[in-house]
Amino acid sequence: MSGTEVKGVVKDSRSPSTLGMDPFSDTLQRLREAFRSGRTRPAEFRAAQLKGLGRFLQDHKELLQEALAQDLHKSFFESDLSELILCQNEVNLALKNLHSWMKDEPVAKNLLTQLDSAFIRKEPFGLALIISPWNYPVNLSLLPLVGALAAGNCVVLKPSEISQGTEKVLAEVLPLYLDQSCFAVVQGGPEETQQLLKHKFDYIFFTGSPRVGKIVMAAATEHLTPITLELGGKNPCYVDDNCDPQTVANRVILFRCYNTGQTCVAPDYVLCSPEMQERLLPAMQSAITRFYGDDPRSSPNLGRIINEKHFQRLQGLLGCGRVAIGGQSDERDRYIAPTVLVDVQQTEPVMQEEIFGPILPILNVRSLDEAIDFINRREKPLALYAFSTRNKVVKQVLARTSSGNFSGNDGFVFMTLNSLPFGGVGNSGMGKYHGKFSFDTFSHHRACLLAHSGLEKLKEIRYPPYTTRRKQLLNWVLSFQSCTLL
Amino acid sequence: MEHEVQRVRSAFLSGRSRPLRFRLQQLEALRRMLLEREKDILAAIASDLCKSEFNAYSQEVVTILGEIDLVLEKLPEWVTAEPAKRNLLTMLDEAYVQPEPLGVVLIIGAWNYPLVLTIQPLIGAIAAGNAVILKPSELSENTAKILAKLLPQYLDQDLYVVVNGGVEETTELLKQRFDYILYTGSTAVGKIVMTAAAKHLTPVTLELGGKSPCYIDKDCDLDIACRRITWGKYLNCGQTCIAPDYVLCEPSLQNQIVQKIKETVKEFYGENVKESPDYERIINLRHFKRILSLLEGQKIAFGGETDETTRYIAPTVLTDVDPETKVMQEEIFGPILPIVPVKNADEAIKFINEREKPLAIYVFSNNNKLIKQMIDSTSSGGVTVNDVIMHFMLSSLPFGGVGSSGMGAYHGKYSFDTFSHQRPCLLKSLKREGANKLRYPPNSQSKVDWTKFFLLKRFSKGKFSLLFLALLGIVAAVLVKNYQAALRRKGLLIFLAVHRLHCPISSDEQEISEPSSVKSEVGTPHFLFLCKVGHIGVCVLLVVCFYTASGLGVIEKTFSLFVCRHFGPWHRESQC
Repeated sequence: MSGTEVKGVVKDSRSPSTLGMDPFSDTLQRLREAFRSGRTRPAEFRAAQLKGLGRFLQDHKELLQEALAQDLHKSFFESDLSELILCQNEVNLALKNLHSWMKDEPVAKNLLTQLDSAFIRKEPFGLALIISPWNYPVNLSLLPLVGALAAGNCVVLKPSEISQGTEKVLAEVLPLYLDQSCFAVVQGGPEETQQLLKHKFDYIFFTGSPRVGKIVMAAATEHLTPITLELGGKNPCYVDDNCDPQTVANRVILFRCYNTGQTCVAPDYVLCSPEMQERLLPAMQSAITRFYGDDPRSSPNLGRIINEKHFQRLQGLLGCGRVAIGGQSDERDRYIAPTVLVDVQQTEPVMQEEIFGPILPILNVRSLDEAIDFINRREKPLALYAFSTRNKVVKQVLARTSSGNFSGNDGFVFMTLNSLPFGGVGNSGMGKYHGKFSFDTFSHHRACLLAHSGLEKLKEIRYPPYTTRRKQLLNWVLSFQSCTLL
Repeated sequence: MEHEVQRVRSAFLSGRSRPLRFRLQQLEALRRMLLEREKDILAAIASDLCKSEFNAYSQEVVTILGEIDLVLEKLPEWVTAEPAKRNLLTMLDEAYVQPEPLGVVLIIGAWNYPLVLTIQPLIGAIAAGNAVILKPSELSENTAKILAKLLPQYLDQDLYVVVNGGVEETTELLKQRFDYILYTGSTAVGKIVMTAAAKHLTPVTLELGGKSPCYIDKDCDLDIACRRITWGKYLNCGQTCIAPDYVLCEPSLQNQIVQKIKETVKEFYGENVKESPDYERIINLRHFKRILSLLEGQKIAFGGETDETTRYIAPTVLTDVDPETKVMQEEIFGPILPIVPVKNADEAIKFINEREKPLAIYVFSNNNKLIKQMIDSTSSGGVTVNDVIMHFMLSSLPFGGVGSSGMGAYHGKYSFDTFSHQRPCLLKSLKREGANKLRYPPNSQSKVDWTKFFLLKRFSKGKFSLLFLALLGIVAAVLVKNYQAALRRKGLLIFLAVHRLHCPISSDEQEISEPSSVKSEVGTPHFLFLCKVGHIGVCVLLVVCFYTASGLGVIEKTFSLFVCRHFGPWHRESQC
């Protein structure tokens, strides 16, 4: 979600505002040399970096919380839960498992290579670029960073220029905790990012919108850089007739309004029968009142929209369908009330784009099949939710659709589990991360075979000239190989 | 083209390709095709590359048969969801990673191994449950034709489609939207493919080439090293993406290496290489001329004979090659082996690292320290030490490049993973809403503390195991006390059974008289003691078995909840 609002001054974390022809080349050169020197490879170095990151999170918790409150009006509870704790958790996990992740992974051998040693070496790619968005500016910057550092890469972090407060903290404070010859934060808007992308990186990790994702991928092509794209999408939420409306309403509203709806995995719209809709609406009203009080605007637990542009866009969406709950907005502090829309047409704007705000349209489907059909006719979403007391229904939605992630009877709790890979598919992105998957994402898996230098007699069979006898022998040995992976 | 892709997509959407049985059946059909039509396929390859049928069989068909066998054996295991570790918050839920097909996959093959490089990815794509559009290289046109003819006879015709054509058709094809693209070929075309993929956000695997260096240390068995290099270099007339492209060695080794390779070539291909049935030709005139131009101005140590009419280039070795010359600027892809002298291993490493990351690196040495150093301080798609090419043959190793030699990997399980989306799934129940109160606003400090506790505590069995054992002991004791009578009865029964087993019965009479003899024994203190020990042992065993088998998880969960409640941050609650 890159915007054009703020043109930040391009800054290198060390030298303030150098406005030369290309402000990045010096920084990148420095990082590349540091990588080439091999200092990022030892486990001790990586652990020291991760510890530094952990210390940063602890030492500057208040600073980060204030920045998040300033950028997104995030309550301390939310910022603690969805940003800081998860980052700390990731750092701890990486520190704990670093050695086992780094170990060479032995693999099965066949008859011909039985005496050799075959393993997969995890080696760093080199210079990684992480571009993060504004909606969870700490989490979505630091989580990939943990993986990149653990894998032994040098990293350039480009936080979003839209969440200015956090960008500032990340650019000014974070480098003090990491080895500055291997890590840099660059700041800037879309123009600077374009310029940055012209440089060669060994890995690019991008979180943002599909539109910008395409630009990043096109830029990566220039240098054949592998990429991970974490994009968004319209995440459907199917509600079966067989469930307790209050429980469903609690969970759906909570996750829809989390971070004021500015979450890439938030349930984007609800699919249910007209009868279920009738039962859901009062339950949702009651959930909103319980969560945010009679006047959500004064609730400390509801954030605000990031900027004017997005506010305008969301305000436009409020005109779609019929407002069943909420619908208020205030331009002065970019407030949009938790809103539920009904009687929405598929062709209306609210069903054409990712909403990214506290607005929840409900669409009616007559049956499970129709819902699945509805989902499959659209782009593959980043997340898919299904609510039902009948396990069969949930499993059927799971089996007959495709999405980045799937959650049955709950919101995006899977984000808290770093044992699950997180990533999109199709239009919602490619590649995955979190926990060990981050480490693997930022590591090249290098196939290694250390053959025995003797045993030439055995290998003789593969050499020409191929006499009939040798043919038979070779056939035999190779057929052996094909039958069993000893 | 658009229509064709649409047809394949609707076949995929029908869900036909998903069931495990269907996938296995298609793979078996593919194997049948290879076995039944082996002659036709080998003939096609032979005519494309002037390859002897035996070479075509051992280099291509066997690899694919091996891959199919592996997949048929392992696929049931690969398609099952993999459970994931949970934290306290999700302890009672189901969390797993489910592999699922991506959709319509485009596979663009290369001409140098026209069968392996199209069919091996196809196997992975079918195994993962995808629909496939296969585009064999137009340069190996006979193989392309035979694939277009045979595949529809054996595989589902709507799900797996062969498209033939040249640059124009491929360009048109790449405009379509796919869910995955696997391309094997050159770096230049790789960029074109990725650019096309970026328009639809299609993930890609690019299997490209590069100049794969081969370092020969002076501490190694030079005879063996040269034999292996000769084999790997001149295999398929040097048209192998992982062939050793050039040799790095100390200047003093150069002459010996030349001599030994020369001898080996003679041994392998005979006095007159041109007549050897085991030596292939260059694919077309364009490549022939390109390779010829690489020879200009070079010191040819041996070889160098060429024949334009048959596109024959003899196994050639160049010595004292200047790194700045043309032969060291591009992937050779022909039977020319330049030797670049370097002073030592460090210089070799520097030489390698100054260039683009290669697809493979080969090291010949007996010195383990040096081998480790070479692997640690360079980067490449794969490494083989003291041999060449062999890492490709092992389907348990991922095959793929890095940097300009490509991205992504395949072979065996890695193919399956490449063509699958690993979908993380978390299934909760709609019950126990009370426990979820914690996360709903309005928020308080105590909620933060609780959440922290739940999220950060990874549910570690080790920590709880001691407490758990203690608890189990208590449960066992209580049960024993409550059910003493019943247990005693059961213990007696078991004792009887054991007793019977230990006293072999010789006749029917004894069997009848048995119960009475036991009865008489019941009274003795010795028996009572045994009985007590027996039944206590048995009941403890029963309890342990019962809980470990069925309720271990439940006990742990309730117990950990108990622990949380008592040792968690409860004191905060009272403050708020």
